[in-house]
Amino acid sequence: MDTVYYLVQNMLPVAMPLLLVALGGMFSEVGGVVNIALEGIMLFGAFFGALFVLLVQNTGMDPQTVLLLGMLVAAAAGIIYSLLLSFAAVTMKANQVITGTALNMLIPAVILLFSKMFFTSDGITTSMNFYIRKIPVLGDIPILGPMFFQKTYLTVFIGIVLLIISVIVFYKTRFGLRLRACGEHPHAADSVGINVHKMRYAGTCISGFLGGIGGFFYSVGVMDGNVNGHTGVAGFGFLALAVMIFGQWRPIKIFLAALFFAFLRTLAYSVSLIPFLRDLGINQTYYKMMPYVATMIVLAFTSKKSRAPKAEGIPYDKSQR
Amino acid sequence: MQEKNSTIKKNKYDLKSIKDAIGFSSFTSALMAIFLGLIVGFIVMLAAKPSSALAGFQNVVFGGFGRIGDVFYYATPILMTGLAVGFAFKMGLFNIGASGQYTMGMFFALYVGFMWDLPSSIHWIVAVLAGMIGGMLWGFVPGFFKAVLNVNEVITSIMFNYIGMYLVDMWIQASPVMYVSNKTRTKYLPADVQIPSLGIPGSNVNLGIILAILIAIVLYIVLQKTTFGYELKATGLNKHASEYAGMKGKRNIILTMVIAGGLSGLGGAFAILAPSGIAGSSMTYEPINIIAANGFNGMAVALLGNSHPIGIIFSAIFISHIQRGGTLASLVGYKPEIIDVVIAVIIYFSAFAMIMNTAVANFFKKRFGKNHDDNTALEVQSTESNIKQASDNNIREAE
Repeated sequence: MDTVYYLVQNMLPVAMPLLLVALGGMFSEVGGVVNIALEGIMLFGAFFGALFVLLVQNTGMDPQTVLLLGMLVAAAAGIIYSLLLSFAAVTMKANQVITGTALNMLIPAVILLFSKMFFTSDGITTSMNFYIRKIPVLGDIPILGPMFFQKTYLTVFIGIVLLIISVIVFYKTRFGLRLRACGEHPHAADSVGINVHKMRYAGTCISGFLGGIGGFFYSVGVMDGNVNGHTGVAGFGFLALAVMIFGQWRPIKIFLAALFFAFLRTLAYSVSLIPFLRDLGINQTYYKMMPYVATMIVLAFTSKKSRAPKAEGIPYDKSQR
Repeated sequence: MQEKNSTIKKNKYDLKSIKDAIGFSSFTSALMAIFLGLIVGFIVMLAAKPSSALAGFQNVVFGGFGRIGDVFYYATPILMTGLAVGFAFKMGLFNIGASGQYTMGMFFALYVGFMWDLPSSIHWIVAVLAGMIGGMLWGFVPGFFKAVLNVNEVITSIMFNYIGMYLVDMWIQASPVMYVSNKTRTKYLPADVQIPSLGIPGSNVNLGIILAILIAIVLYIVLQKTTFGYELKATGLNKHASEYAGMKGKRNIILTMVIAGGLSGLGGAFAILAPSGIAGSSMTYEPINIIAANGFNGMAVALLGNSHPIGIIFSAIFISHIQRGGTLASLVGYKPEIIDVVIAVIIYFSAFAMIMNTAVANFFKKRFGKNHDDNTALEVQSTESNIKQASDNNIREAE
């Protein structure tokens, strides 16, 4: 049972960045913009979030307040960075994959450059502790308590709240419906008076918002509040894309996919702690590869009935109606 | 007046025929992207350390000229990955997996270099070919997924970058023959596996660059002169039309990705089998779980070269040139990462450089158009003789 507790406690903080970033990717793609740049957006958000933490860590502020404020900083940074993508992809009608790749390459280089010059290290190292040992009342509930309310991070609960908001926006608002229309058939959407460019900008901004937060949550929940320019977010942005495809561009399915991927990853990094797996004697690298291999397998099976937005990746051009 | 207009059009037409040639416009848009990339690089340098920004920038732009040998040395791998990305791009495939293919090629070449006992005259050739095969394997899978299962090649090749990187790191760390664990890198390769040096004093430039340029030329011929190249380009331009015309799309997709992978793999082999500055040493690989940067630099090379093999030769040399400049910029307090910033910005802008170019052209046209109106009187005088010529031309054309 302890192993189960351990896995769940470690899995959830890992699942949250994946969930949020994949949701971000979903909002961008159902609007019709392929967002390969998620990795860069995450790292950009994480960098500014961590920079904020670094600046305030000695002022004696409550860690959870710092986390919330840092989250807002990261979200704002993510939105700004995503504007670079939407400017190129929507206004300039550029190839979205190339633009995204450029944005992914840009940010680790900038972080390394500035960190090496100002902190003489590869990234930002903070000393703030966001870890929650036990939440007062809820932590005492049998089974559920140790699973969800002990040894965890605030990020888990914020992540769930953001998921619920996303579901509501996606299914229950006019905005969500219009956004999806722009990704499926932008010309039809335009013909009924929806401003496709504006909606696509909005979709990408949401993905920047969620991507930035996701990046910060990665640095909080996975890296103990640090950011490193070399390893970046270790391909989480790309994994989030896989999570999004696995979740077939639907919020709840994405949540389940994120849990699955986070489980695989947690397993990979805790092989030595689980007696059963340790005795198998398989090289840890195989476990590390598992999320990527799983993505390939999943893609192979789901591609035939893929529910990808029909107009994703195609710049909207009014004159081509 | 009408006649005058026609003259102007006529004159413009002459200019236009040059200006609108595909090669020319892609050349100017590449220049535009480079220009903007360097400007952003300069701004970043200003922000990071204003006092030496100018000196650092000078190093970036001109520094490479002092080290031509090194420029060619480091251009070899990115020329190959650039070809890999560009070749697939002609087919409409975005080969983001060049990094994984590159790493795989590197490993295969290393394996042959360390494990196989071959006569020294052919050892390095076999190692290079092994690298090619390694890359091909890693290109085949995303191609297969794309062709047979219709999975987007971008995602699969990203996944394969990671899988390849982890696999290679694991294999290398597991082999005491290849790996020096206390230095976290591979051992130096035996001298007979190293690619022969060209013997230019003060640099390690080797046969690799010549082979790479030859391969680029061969690719150019394949693309321009063979049925396969024609089908490839046709599929890239319009998938449905080419299928309708009876071209085997699926086969071509797999073949393209295999060739692209092979090119990347060759890049990896050329990189790792190269001799290094200190006698008896060679390039080494550090298994530290990081995706090879040369694969992504290849993307910049391919985009700058407009996916044209000959263009890619020049863009690879250019990127290598500013990379050398970037290492020199560390003399005045910057870090070589500044070049990665410049390269990323170049890619970003080259994605829509064509559109931006037209916008700039329109802007100038408008301004010159205004000048036209202001100087009408002058213009009329000077063009009177032209009018005659033009009408003659018109008549001739009509005939």
